[in-house]
Amino acid sequence: MDSFLTYTVLGLVSGAGYAVAAGGLVVTYATSRIFNIGHGAVGMVMAFLFWELSAGRGLPAWAAVALVVLVVAPLCGALAERTVLRDLGEAPSDVALVVTVALMVALLGLAQTLWPPKPRPVSPFFEGHGFHLGSAFVGAHDLLTVAAGLLVAAGLSVLLRFTRTGAAMRATVHDPGLLALFGGRPAWTTSLSWAIGASLAALSGILLTPVVQLDYYGLTLLVISAYSAAMLGRLTSLPMTYLGALALGLLQSYTVGYLPTSGAFTGLRPAIPALFLFAVLVFLRSPQARLGRLRGAAGVAVASSRRAAPWAAVFVVAAAVAAAALPAEQALVVALGVVYGIVMLSMVLLNGYGGQVSLAQLTFAGVGAVVAARWASGSVLSLVAAAVVAAAVGALVALPALRLHGLYLALATLAFGQLMDKVVFQADFAFGYNGALDVRRLTVLGVRFGTEKAYLVLSAVVFALVGAGLLALRRGPYGRLVLALRDSETACATLGLNARLARVVLFAASAGIAGLAGALMGGLRQSVSASDFMVFNSLPLLLLAVACGVTSVTGAALGGAALAWLPKLQAQFPAAGGLLFLVVGVAAVALRSEPNGIAGWVFRFGRETVAARWTRLSGGPSPDAEPVDVGPVEAVGHAPR
Amino acid sequence: MPPGEPAADPAELLDPVAPGADGLRVSRVTVRFGGITAVDGASLHVRPASVTGLIGPNGAGKTTLFDVVTGLRRPETGAVLLDGDEVTRAPVHERARRGMARTFQRLEAFGSLTVRENVLVAAEIHATAGRALGRRAARARARDRADELLARTGIADYAAHRADTVPTGTARLLELARALAAEPRVLLLDEPSAGLSAPESAALAGLLRGLAGEGLAVLLVEHDMELVMGVCDTLYVLESGRIIAGGPPERVRADPRVRDAYLGPGEGAA
Repeated sequence: MDSFLTYTVLGLVSGAGYAVAAGGLVVTYATSRIFNIGHGAVGMVMAFLFWELSAGRGLPAWAAVALVVLVVAPLCGALAERTVLRDLGEAPSDVALVVTVALMVALLGLAQTLWPPKPRPVSPFFEGHGFHLGSAFVGAHDLLTVAAGLLVAAGLSVLLRFTRTGAAMRATVHDPGLLALFGGRPAWTTSLSWAIGASLAALSGILLTPVVQLDYYGLTLLVISAYSAAMLGRLTSLPMTYLGALALGLLQSYTVGYLPTSGAFTGLRPAIPALFLFAVLVFLRSPQARLGRLRGAAGVAVASSRRAAPWAAVFVVAAAVAAAALPAEQALVVALGVVYGIVMLSMVLLNGYGGQVSLAQLTFAGVGAVVAARWASGSVLSLVAAAVVAAAVGALVALPALRLHGLYLALATLAFGQLMDKVVFQADFAFGYNGALDVRRLTVLGVRFGTEKAYLVLSAVVFALVGAGLLALRRGPYGRLVLALRDSETACATLGLNARLARVVLFAASAGIAGLAGALMGGLRQSVSASDFMVFNSLPLLLLAVACGVTSVTGAALGGAALAWLPKLQAQFPAAGGLLFLVVGVAAVALRSEPNGIAGWVFRFGRETVAARWTRLSGGPSPDAEPVDVGPVEAVGHAPR
Repeated sequence: MPPGEPAADPAELLDPVAPGADGLRVSRVTVRFGGITAVDGASLHVRPASVTGLIGPNGAGKTTLFDVVTGLRRPETGAVLLDGDEVTRAPVHERARRGMARTFQRLEAFGSLTVRENVLVAAEIHATAGRALGRRAARARARDRADELLARTGIADYAAHRADTVPTGTARLLELARALAAEPRVLLLDEPSAGLSAPESAALAGLLRGLAGEGLAVLLVEHDMELVMGVCDTLYVLESGRIIAGGPPERVRADPRVRDAYLGPGEGAA
């Protein structure tokens, strides 16, 4: 009973912290219809800044809080809105999503660069002050947090419901043009909402730091907690959001208190919000479909098999030459790049063709690696099993989330990745607690791929096969279907397609490709652990894929190459976080102006120069300039806005 | 009962249905959004081999009724019957497979696909739905069907254009062709003539009559009164969610309640 009270107090305190963060999410979402996945990361950076100012620079705590929460955070929020996020609410949901993911990764890179890992003890406000409630001690910090949660919920309700600014905020989302006509200032209103959102993220980050510690990832994942709470209020109701946050805090506290704290359960605490999110997703009613947007997505011309085959051969031959020329350790790096390229192919299918975003493709690769290590290791069967099991897991993840909007799927994958990192991968049937698994190298039809060099060639062949398969798929009826599904799920359903099933199949196929890549990675590395497949590593992978061109197989090849090359660059310039930062900047900017990424430029350059040369040589129009598939060719450079 | 007879009496709609083709019946459907009743006990019958019009001022609940019929929205009360079978709780794709197709007032064409691909994908979905064998042959037939429909709706010239680049009127015809690719028995059209020129509208009227001649039950929501009066066998008037009149177009037009509600008091015939 004594401990029950303590856990309750602890739960209410975390819950109040989540409520503050969730309030910020609701305000920004209600005004701009952009869901900021980087919300937790904003809180994280601001908590670090607070630590820097108070513990590092000796500022009094109250002054540091005021400076961060009332000045720096709102300014940063408004600035981010002005520069990167404006108008994204009208963009396809996957574009807006990827940009906020870029924001999140950038903030992670920034924090790790400015504040390299080292222990940073954080003491609660008014340490030692407080009172006893029965046997439980309620600290002043706890009281402060609970009060902040209540104040934020009440204050935001009043703001949105009873003030002119609040009315303008609610109006902005419906019709900014109309608001402007009536003398409102939609641009200013949106900036204000982002300022408030960032400020609340900062406040919750600072308040929760004594609970979750000053940790890059722990605080960044605050977004899942805040999001689960906000979901209970359907991203609009502040009272329900507040209750949801408290319920989550309590649930987490009791789980930690009453479940065993050894082995695989160690990581359960941070995984509770993920579980909570899944529960909410399963029970939430699906919202009304969004109708009435006749606007296609961008894409590139799809190469015919006759044109794709030579390039596939060139790719494999280049890999073979590299394998022959490079020393083993460099061949390993290049082979890893090719394997990451296969993971990116899974993103081409899901995101480039299907318009859905998964934030946990590496987690599916991890599933594949575990299967390849545990079952028929070293045989081709293990590859098949890896793909099949990863696809099945993918289907399970997608089922509850796909009833809803693409956004929910992305968040569900983030939660899923977190759950796998902290709990499932730590279990004995997977990698074991902080363990590693040995994966045997493959023997195919009596040929043993025993070296890194052999694996480089093998990976290149698999990449070429999967890439050619994707292109064939994209050209055929399934490709049409995937694009149709992306453009209007509603219309597909009214034509007789079981749209939800089709989307689950798409997601599962993508997860299967990632699983296949994971199995290859296992064999290549020979020993893999959970840390190789951390969900946070999936994010730079996604951004790089988008920057290089997630709409094409070529983009995936470029992305894989870039990823193999980055660690080398990183070794030369030790400012590692800054590099990540750079990648993200490129991704975010490229995405807005060139939805087909670097590959899009390459294609356009190729077509223009080749066409020009052909015309000069033959004096007639080039056969290359005659598009096989008129639509997508025209789509090059067609920004989805 | 020959087509053209009124079916405004809801009690009649609940009569036991003769087996076989009966078209679409909507019986006492009510939909509420919060405190607002968008559709209020609406009943209507769309017979096979006929064009049935549904008119009413903006906000009368026409599109909401379409959404209920096609399964995009669940009614609070009431039933939807397709050829005598109740489908009120069936999912959207299930109704489509049983012969229902529609177009959208706010366009839902597949913008990333070409006009031809739009129709083709619909024909392919229809041809391969629930079919494990013979898909290849079915797809070949789907191609022929798609080209035939492009010609029939008069948009073959746009076949190679991306759907998000064509004029609104063409996109509407595209949606019609796409809906027809699913080989429906009941076809619901939500303002198909908006954005069409006068000759295109006339061609559409001819097309609709032709479809009815082939046995389709067509339900048409339309603001173009000339088109409505020209092609409809039966006309219903929806006002504030209620069906206030139903019957042959001439009789409905003469109804004083309709004049007051829809055409405005004191105005002559449209």
